[in-house]
Amino acid sequence: MSLEILTYSFMHRALISGIAIAILCSIIGLFLVLRRYSLFGDAIAHSSFGGIALGLLAGVYPLWTAYGISIASALIITKIKDRYNISGDASIAVLLSSGIAVGLVIIGLSGGFTIDIFSFLFGSILLVSVNDTILILSLTGGILIVILLLYRQILYSTFNEEQAKVSGIPVEKINYLIVFMAGLTVVTSIQLVGVLLISSLFVIPNVTAIMYGKGFKQTAIISISFSIFSVVIGILISYIFDITPAGTIVLLSIGLFAGTMGIKSTGLLSKH
Amino acid sequence: MLIVEIKNLTVQYPDVKALDDVSFGVNQGDFLGIIGPNGAGKSTLFDSMLGLNTKYEGTIKFFGEDIRKSKNYLKEIGYVPQKPIFEKNFPATVSDVVRMGLRNESDEKKIDEILQQLWIHELRKRRIGELSGGQLQRVFIAKALVNNPKILILDEPVTGIDQQSIELFYSILRELNSKQKITIIWSSHDLDAVNQLANHVACLNRTLFFHGESEKFFSNDELVKQYSEASMQEHMHHH
Repeated sequence: MSLEILTYSFMHRALISGIAIAILCSIIGLFLVLRRYSLFGDAIAHSSFGGIALGLLAGVYPLWTAYGISIASALIITKIKDRYNISGDASIAVLLSSGIAVGLVIIGLSGGFTIDIFSFLFGSILLVSVNDTILILSLTGGILIVILLLYRQILYSTFNEEQAKVSGIPVEKINYLIVFMAGLTVVTSIQLVGVLLISSLFVIPNVTAIMYGKGFKQTAIISISFSIFSVVIGILISYIFDITPAGTIVLLSIGLFAGTMGIKSTGLLSKH
Repeated sequence: MLIVEIKNLTVQYPDVKALDDVSFGVNQGDFLGIIGPNGAGKSTLFDSMLGLNTKYEGTIKFFGEDIRKSKNYLKEIGYVPQKPIFEKNFPATVSDVVRMGLRNESDEKKIDEILQQLWIHELRKRRIGELSGGQLQRVFIAKALVNNPKILILDEPVTGIDQQSIELFYSILRELNSKQKITIIWSSHDLDAVNQLANHVACLNRTLFFHGESEKFFSNDELVKQYSEASMQEHMHHH
């Protein structure tokens, strides 16, 4: 196969958007994984399904309604979790199932599944428009700037909330900010891997990178590198062999995870 | 100069009164040892002083200012928790953890200085999950000291740490107080260590039944006996 595919503008958009999403999901995902919130991305994605269905029914661009519904439900569930002392995994289960339930009812009302719904469920990175690419790049830039500015506060409150509070960090506000940014990231990333596989981008590169036993910044860099590798190679392979990009990307990152486990089991990663 | 003033502090939990009308003050440069049996309210006292528990009656002032009105005092406090809780696999090196405590993020040199001072500089690139209890304790002291606090608050930090590390820890505390003039508020079970290190003692068992110079406490056999009996009863109660 020639390098001709790299000259197509749809492929440029797919690769640029894919790399931006890979960076974003790795960074936000690292904080979620360390907060034992690995499935939160999944829960937000499922609630976005309700938002997408609502958009399709109302004739609004579905990602806009998905942003609204996902972020609102993520913030509400966080509030409920804090106020009623519900555990993290239980609150994720509530969010996850309510999103799907709302989506299914709305789809039923609007006359059943359509091709649009499938593209949101499984992603359609090769179809991203110029406008989508601009939106993805702007959100990635914006979220990365916020994280860089508040890096110490976010890291410290992820490490230990109580100590962060004693150091004067507004931990509750930081928690809501993380949830808000996770909501934005998930809906933005739906175009890459779809609702069903989104949490893999949040979780797999990070659990892989953590195994290398490095400090925080190096772990983030390893995770981002693995994520970009999976996304870029995944998009190219899927196009060449005409298979689904989402599945290919996730399988590649699982391959890196398995490879890292293999290296680790030889003892090469255990000590300095 | 009085830098901490606690007046009529009462904390009522649903089933128990954790602190009952506790009043005392701490002067600049003091080394205060807070002793008391398990469940005496030491952690509740610290939580209230650090702003983690706001459901209390009475007043707590740091540097003359009521902590309900301003959280600025926290900038002057270094806190070492009883048992630092974190994910074992958390991808943070010793330097990363100390850096979390650093308010002025450009002050990287300060991190190296404090790590050298506490004999953990060679560990700076190690992940915190790989450290022993004693090493970990020094990392958390380093984090607490990295902003040059005026007051260091330590909650029973010697539990589960080997004897050599405990000795090192005590010599570090002594130096911080005598040379660097840091005011230390330290809760401990170890009466001998408090006797050696602290110049003031607060003896707490929900109420404050002694507060004053440590010599006065330790030279009064009756007080020491009362304390020992109280902790012994508590000990029996727990077993």
